[in-house]
Amino acid sequence: RLCILKGIYPHEPKHKKKVNKGSTAPRTFYLLKDIKFLLHEPIVNKFREYKVFVRKLRKAYGKSEWGTVERLKDNKPTYKLDHIVKERYPTFIDALRDLDDALSMCFLFSTFPRTGKCHVQTIQLCRRLAVEFQNYVIASRSLRKVFLSIKGIYYQAEVLGQPITWITPYTFSHDHPTDVDYRVMATFTEFYTTLLGFVNFRLYQSLNLLYPPKIDSQAEDELKPAEGKEYAMDSESYLERLSALSASLARAVAPTHEDEVEMDEFPVEGETAELMDAKKKEQEALEKHKKLFEGLRFFLNREVPREPLAFVIRCFGGQVSWDKSLCIGATYDATDPSITHHIIDRPRVDKQVVGRYYLQPQWVFDSVNAKLCLPVADYFPGLLLPPHLSPFVTEKEGDYVPPEKLKLLALQRGENPDEESEEEEEEEEEEEGDNDKEEEEEEDESEKEEEMKLQKMEEQKTQSNKVLPVKVTAGKVRVEDKQRLEQEQQSEEKRLAIMMMKKREKYLYKKIMFGKKRKIREANKLAEKRKAHDAALKEQKKKSKKAQQV
Amino acid sequence: PSPHPFPSRCVFPSQDIRNTVGNIPMEWYQDFPHVGYDLDGRRIFKPLRSKDELDLFLEKMENPEYWRTVQDPQTGADVRLSEEQLELVRRLQRGHFGDVNFNPYEPAVDFFSHEVRIHPVTNRPADKRSFIPSLVEKEKVSKLVHAIKMGWIQPRKPKENVPTFYDLWAQEDPNSILGRHKMHVPAPKIPLPGHAESYNPPPEFLLSPEEELSWEQQEPSERRLNFLPRRFRSLRAVPAYPRFIHERFERCLDLYLCPRQRKMRVNVDPEDLIPKLPKPRDLQPFPTTQALIYRGHSSLVRTLSVSPSGQWLVSGSDDGTLRFWEVISARCLRTVPVGSAVKSVAWNPNPNVCLVAAAVEEQVLLLNPGLGDRLLVAGTDQLLDSWEAPQEQRVQPVRWIPASPEERATGIRLRVQHDKPVTQVTWHAKGDYWASVLRNPGGRQVLIHQSSRRWSQDPFRKSPGMIQCVQFHPIRPYFLVASQRSVRIYNLLRQELTKKLQSNCQWISSMAVHPGGDNVICGSYDSKLAWFDLDLSTRPYRLLRHHRRALRAVSFHRRYPLFASASDDGTVIVCHGMVYNDLLQNALLVPLKVLKGHAPTLDLGVLDVAFHPQQPWLFSSGADGTVRLYT
Repeated sequence: RLCILKGIYPHEPKHKKKVNKGSTAPRTFYLLKDIKFLLHEPIVNKFREYKVFVRKLRKAYGKSEWGTVERLKDNKPTYKLDHIVKERYPTFIDALRDLDDALSMCFLFSTFPRTGKCHVQTIQLCRRLAVEFQNYVIASRSLRKVFLSIKGIYYQAEVLGQPITWITPYTFSHDHPTDVDYRVMATFTEFYTTLLGFVNFRLYQSLNLLYPPKIDSQAEDELKPAEGKEYAMDSESYLERLSALSASLARAVAPTHEDEVEMDEFPVEGETAELMDAKKKEQEALEKHKKLFEGLRFFLNREVPREPLAFVIRCFGGQVSWDKSLCIGATYDATDPSITHHIIDRPRVDKQVVGRYYLQPQWVFDSVNAKLCLPVADYFPGLLLPPHLSPFVTEKEGDYVPPEKLKLLALQRGENPDEESEEEEEEEEEEEGDNDKEEEEEEDESEKEEEMKLQKMEEQKTQSNKVLPVKVTAGKVRVEDKQRLEQEQQSEEKRLAIMMMKKREKYLYKKIMFGKKRKIREANKLAEKRKAHDAALKEQKKKSKKAQQV
Repeated sequence: PSPHPFPSRCVFPSQDIRNTVGNIPMEWYQDFPHVGYDLDGRRIFKPLRSKDELDLFLEKMENPEYWRTVQDPQTGADVRLSEEQLELVRRLQRGHFGDVNFNPYEPAVDFFSHEVRIHPVTNRPADKRSFIPSLVEKEKVSKLVHAIKMGWIQPRKPKENVPTFYDLWAQEDPNSILGRHKMHVPAPKIPLPGHAESYNPPPEFLLSPEEELSWEQQEPSERRLNFLPRRFRSLRAVPAYPRFIHERFERCLDLYLCPRQRKMRVNVDPEDLIPKLPKPRDLQPFPTTQALIYRGHSSLVRTLSVSPSGQWLVSGSDDGTLRFWEVISARCLRTVPVGSAVKSVAWNPNPNVCLVAAAVEEQVLLLNPGLGDRLLVAGTDQLLDSWEAPQEQRVQPVRWIPASPEERATGIRLRVQHDKPVTQVTWHAKGDYWASVLRNPGGRQVLIHQSSRRWSQDPFRKSPGMIQCVQFHPIRPYFLVASQRSVRIYNLLRQELTKKLQSNCQWISSMAVHPGGDNVICGSYDSKLAWFDLDLSTRPYRLLRHHRRALRAVSFHRRYPLFASASDDGTVIVCHGMVYNDLLQNALLVPLKVLKGHAPTLDLGVLDVAFHPQQPWLFSSGADGTVRLYT
C-alpha cells in the first residue's frame, strides 16, 4: 500500500547475475534507497495509528461499550496525501503527465454501484472530480480526439500542451469479477482522487473559474424553472446539474473578451519565418477545430448515450439538449425549430421535422476526429455506417492505410473524392459488364484452341514414336536480362556480406529484418482481406441489381 | 365514571338462564342436543333447527328483522338486538368509546410539574443520599479523570475547517526536485487503440473464423490483440466490455509490481550493420561456375587429390576403386580396384615423382599411376626399386611389402601394412616423407614414413588424444596434429611441442595450412571454420559460421589467396583469404561464392575439396558419386 501511494516500483538491475549472487532466477529488485526512503515517511505513523484505532474500536464493540465507540469514532485518525502528491509531482506539468491513469480510474469508480466493493464516499468523490474535470475540458475547449472502441470511449484532451488520454466505460452495470483485488484499486483511487482534486483546483484557477465549480448565474436562472421540485436534495441535484454539462460555469473574474491577446509578430527571416508561418497555420486550424460546432444546436434522442455526446458537443461549442424527462438540465425541447441536428440511434424516424438533420451519433465523433463537419449523407438513420477509424493511428510509410482514411485525408485537403470515385465505380461496373462477356468468349475460344493443340500434340507424339526415336528441337535463345542479373549479383553479394557479420550483429540484423517482414506481411494481409471484401460486396451489388432488373 | 347505561339484566336476558359450562369452546357441544346446564343442573337444550337452506333463505327474504338477529352461542337461541345495542355496535365500529358520556379529551392536570408547590406531592421524607455527593459518580469521574490524565481518552479534536483542495503547486520550485526523481523511470503510457478496437472497424480488421479460432487457442499473454475485434451496426448495440475492470486492475498491478528499466531502443538502419566488404568482383579470379562432372564412381567419393602438374586427378571411393582422371577432358584414364573403401589419397607434391598414396583399410598403397611423362614414371619406379635392405634389421611398426607382379600391372608398387585401419595419408612438401593416421584410440595413432628408405617411425611417445588429421608444414620442419578440439604444432627437428591452438570447436574434422605457413584453417563438425593466425594468438582469429551443417574438408589454394570449405549441406564456399606480409595487418576474409551442385545423399554432401595447383579451379567430390570441377 505504501509502495502504491509513494509510487515505488521494482527496478530491473543492469547486471542481473551480479545482483542476484550469480543465479538467474527471476526475482524482483527494489532500489535500496527507495526502501530507506519509505521508512521515514510520516504517513507510516498515521497508518499505525489507524490500525490501533481499528483494534480499539473492535474491542469496544465486543464489549458493547457504546460510549467508548462513540468517543473513538469522534477521534478517528485521518491522514492526508497532500505532501505525497507534492513530493511525487514536484511541478504541475509532472502531475498532468501522469493524469491518464488517474482519470481512467476515477471515471471507472464513478460508475460503480454505491453498494459494497468500496466506500460510497469514494465513489461520490470520484464522480464529483470526474464531472469537474469534464467541465474544465468544456470550459477550456481542450478536447482533441474521441474514439468509440469496443472497450469504452477514449478521449484525448490537450491540457497545457500535454496530451491526456483517458477511457470511460460504457454506462452499463459492471459484473464485478472475483479475481480482482479491489483493495489495491481502492488504494490507487485514493491517491488518484487526491491528485485529481489538486489538479482540478489548479486548472480551474488557471481559467479564472470558481472552485468548487458554480454554474453561471445566468444559466442557472434558465435552468431553475426547468427542474425544481422534482429533485429531492439540493446538494445532490447541484452535482447532477453540473454533470448534465449543459451550463457554463461561473467565473471568479468576469471574462473579458480582450483576453485573447493577439500574438506579437516579430520580424523574422528565412526558415524561421516559414516555421512561424506553419505554426500560425496550425494555430488557426486549432482555433477552427475548437469552434467546430459553434452555432449548431443539437438534440439528443433518449436512446443515445447522453453524457459522452453532450460532453463532446459542448467541448466544440455546440448547444445541446435532451428530453426533459431523461435528465436534469435540458435547455430546450424537441420541438424547438432552431435545432439543426437531431442525434438519433434508431433504424427509422417516426415523424420528421423539416429543417434539421437526423443523424446517427457516430457523425459527431467522426467529425471531431476529422476536424471538420463531415458530409451528413452517410450518417442518416438506418444506413450502414462507414467504419469508425481510430484517430490515434498515424500511418507511417509502409503501413497499411485503410481506404476510408485516404478518403478522409483527401476531404481534409479540400478535395471531394466521393463523386469521382462513384463515377469511376459506375464506369468500372460498365466495363466489367463488357469485360465479362468478352472474357467468356475468349475463354471459349482459348479452350477450343487448347484442345486443338492437345490433339495435334498427341498426333505428333504417336507419329514420332513410330517414325523417329530421337527428335531434334530447336534451341531457344536465352535472353539475358541484365537488370535482373545485376540484381541477383547484388543480392548474392549482400548474402555473402551477411555471412561475414559478427554473431551479435547478425542476431540484431535478423531480428530487425524479421520485424520489418512481419509488418509488411500484415499490411499485405489486411490489404488482401479488404480487396476480397470489396469484391464480395461488388458481386452482391451486382446480383441485387440483376435481381431488380429481372 | 358514569353509571352503566344498560343493566346487564336488560342487555342479555338470556344471561339469566346461566349456562354453567363456563368459558369453553361451544363446539364441544356440537354433537349433543343440549348446550350446557342451568343453575339447577338441568340441561339447556338447543332450539330446534330443522330449517334447511331454502327456509333460511326464505326467512332472510321475508323477515325484516333478519339483519339484527344474532344467534347466542351460549344458548343457541336467536336474539333480536335492541336499538341501544345497535347503537353500541355502531359506535364500536366507528372506533368510539362505548360509553356515550365518556370524554376522552378531558383537560390534563399535572401533578409533577415545573412549578414548585408549597406542599410535597408525596408524603415521603427525603433520602440521606440526596444530601451527600454520590460515591458511584465520584468513582466514575475519577476513572475518567485518570484515563484523561494517562492519555487513554483523548479529548474531542476541534473540527478543522481547511479546504480539502488548494493550490498545491503555488510555490513551484524546480530546484527542490529530489535526487530520487532523477532515477525515476516514468511508467509507460498505455498504448493507444488502433483501428481494430473500434466498435465499427473497417472490414479488413475483423478476424476470419480461422484466425478467431487460433486467437482463442493462444495463451492470453501471447495474443497480439487482447480483444476480439467486433463490429456493431450502431452505437446502441454496443455492450459493456466485460474485461474493463480487469484491464484497469492489471494496469494498477503493472504500475506498482512491474520492474522498470530504461531500454535503449536500437535505432539502427539494418543496412548499416552489414559490414562493408570488397566486392567479390574485384577479388577475381575465383571459381564461379560448375564446369565439368567426373562420373564413374558407383558409391560416395570420399577423397580426391590433384597431381602437382595439375593435369591429373585421383579420386578414391567407397566402391573399392581408385580412379585416375584427366582434368581437362573428364575422362577416366585408369581404374584401380583395391578391394575395399579408399579412405584417403594423396598425390606426391614433388613434381619429379609420380607417386600416389592411398589408404585402404589397414594398408597404405603406394601407386605409380603411369600417367604423364614416361621418363618421370620410369624414374619413380627406379627410385622405389633402388632400395636395398639394410644390414641390420630394425624393428618397424609397419611392414613394407613389395607388390606382386599382378598388382604391379595395376600400378601398385608398395603395400605398407599397418596394424590398424588407416584414415589419412599426407605427404611432406618434398615428397619423400609421408604420414599416416591410424584409427587407434589410446594407442599408436600417427606414423611418419620415408618412402625412399622404406622406413617408418612413431613420432610420439604418448598419444595426444583422438587424432583427426595431420599435416606437414609447407616450409618449416613443423608437424601439425589436429586432435578433437585443438591443433598441436610440433617441431620435428627439435622434437618438441611449439604451439597448441585452441579451436573453440567441438570436433575438428579437417585442417589446412596456408602455403605461406603462418595461417591454419580448421573445419569442424559443428559447422564452424576457424582461421588461426599463428603469429597472432593460439585462439582463432576468426570463426566463420557460413555452413549450415558439418564441415568435411577445407583447402587452401597454392597460389591464389583462396580457400574453400566443403560441407554436408551440399555446398562449397569459396572465400578470399588474403594474408599480408605486414605483421600489423590482419588477414582479410571475404566470402566469395557459394558453389552448389552436389546433391546430398545419405545425409552427406560434399566430402572432399581440392584446388588446382596452378589455375583458380576447384575440385570437389560428393556423396552422390561424382567429382565436380568449378572454374
